[in-house]
Amino acid sequence: MAEILDIVKSKLSSPKLPEGLKYSKISDYHCLELPAQNLVEIAETLKSEVDFDQLIDVVGVDRFTKNNRFEVIYNLWSNKQKARIFLRVSLDSKKPEIESLCSVWPSANWLEREAYDMFGITFLNHPDLRRIYMMDEFQYYPLRKDYPLMGIPGAVELPKK
Amino acid sequence: MINEENRLVDSAKSQYKQNGSKSKILQALETEDIKAYFDDALENQLVLNMGPQHPATHGVLRLLVSLDGETVIKSVPDVGFLHRGYEKLAENMTYHEFIPHTDRLDYLSPLANNVAYAMAVEKLIKVEAPLRAQYIRTICCELARLASHLVWMGSMAMDVGALTVFLWGFREREKILDILDILTGVRFTTSYTRVGGVSLDISNEAITAIKKFLNEFEPNLKDCRDLIERNRIFINRCENVGYISREDAIAIGLTGPNLRASGVKRDLRRDEPYLVYSKLDFEVPVHTEGDTLARYYVRIKEMYESKKIIMQCLDKLPQGSIDASNTKQVLPKKEKVYTKMEELINDFMIVNFGNLPEKGAETYFAIEAAKGELGFYIISSGTGYPFRLKIRSPSFCNIQALPIMMKGCLISDIVAIMGGLDPVMGECDK
Repeated sequence: MAEILDIVKSKLSSPKLPEGLKYSKISDYHCLELPAQNLVEIAETLKSEVDFDQLIDVVGVDRFTKNNRFEVIYNLWSNKQKARIFLRVSLDSKKPEIESLCSVWPSANWLEREAYDMFGITFLNHPDLRRIYMMDEFQYYPLRKDYPLMGIPGAVELPKK
Repeated sequence: MINEENRLVDSAKSQYKQNGSKSKILQALETEDIKAYFDDALENQLVLNMGPQHPATHGVLRLLVSLDGETVIKSVPDVGFLHRGYEKLAENMTYHEFIPHTDRLDYLSPLANNVAYAMAVEKLIKVEAPLRAQYIRTICCELARLASHLVWMGSMAMDVGALTVFLWGFREREKILDILDILTGVRFTTSYTRVGGVSLDISNEAITAIKKFLNEFEPNLKDCRDLIERNRIFINRCENVGYISREDAIAIGLTGPNLRASGVKRDLRRDEPYLVYSKLDFEVPVHTEGDTLARYYVRIKEMYESKKIIMQCLDKLPQGSIDASNTKQVLPKKEKVYTKMEELINDFMIVNFGNLPEKGAETYFAIEAAKGELGFYIISSGTGYPFRLKIRSPSFCNIQALPIMMKGCLISDIVAIMGGLDPVMGECDK
């Protein structure tokens, strides 16, 4: 597992290396913490030069802090290297927006729709950003920490008698 | 009376149309290139709504299909009819309390879900199950794979018109459920694993039952295969149907047998070995055709490999404890709870306050379940409840590939493609 980080580091150590790129760990996997504006650029580099050809999962997180409340964690898999790596991006509390990765990995389509549905994170330039589990007219984002477990009465309009 | 009917029709229309335009899912179906395609003299565009209450959708999957004659131009799957909000529920219960809920994810292989979840939690709290428990879990995973593939084989054969295989496949699965009854005490929703081990030791009776089942399994499976594999109708309905190329399969995020049928040798049992798979001898079947028939053969071959794995596990099954010795994190046995003070206190603490991982600890753990990569991403807040629990469900990502597979196929092929993909909506909708 140590090698994959070396490969990633060597490919990312170009002069335009973004500031704020940090390496950390998620249990025994490596994780890159990066600023939101560099996401697509780094994702493309990882796909084309390190062969991370599959986007396995997109995890939305609501940290419920005042600043940088939302977080998106991307789970990448390389079929050639047989390795996994995570990307972590922190988002603004008031206006959680991030560039969509659908252009890099088409599988991001539904995964990002799920994060949008559950957390209200807007993915810019997403081809089809609709709710996926909840109905279209639902007003809230159920996995946010301020959404109660029992739901909000009247949030789902029932058919009239 | 007529006014009343009109009002009902109006309310239905207003639900269908939003802001004076078509509903969002219809808009998704009508992209620009489709409109160009339909710009012909016949103007025979037809939008067909399949499901959610359709027997061939294996649950509650809804498909909007845009047709030109009998040819599918575009399809938009609509999921979420079985959404129970498990990720939200998980944030409001202890790690142990969530185990029964994992049964309801992929309800055709509940044991594999139990194992995946328990191992994710163990990775989070840094506990390792003893070797005997790991062997039992491996047996469980493979039994679950067999059960799931048998249901898939039966229902897929029924989708394309072979009813006998359905009955015979279910007969075999019934035997597995009887084994689970002996092994776990429950036939269907097993909740068998605990954090740090399994709830019951495997008995000699269970071992005998598994061996008896496996000895009869191959001839019975051969009977089923003989019915369909050289059947002209079955071959014609599966061959070159639902094709997905290797590149597309990788890009759209397929995992499991569906990806291996497109020629990618990706199996977490080999690539990220967990449990005792690194000590076992088995093959990973790969086909390169990428059609429904290839998916059929991959799964059939996997069943033989599963049989091999279970046999090896039964041979190598070591003696020893089935629970990790870390008493502060692992539920003690009931007889000790009733007789020993220390265990009683630990039991009380775990049941009432839950396992306590480090604050801010994060982990991801995935297994190769019957449908593909089943993973749990857990973030801990240092309390007994997880801060966030994300389920990476294989069916969700597999269904995303349906529009690619269906493009250009005939309407009757939709059923065969869905059957070949093997989605389970309980897992997809979470």
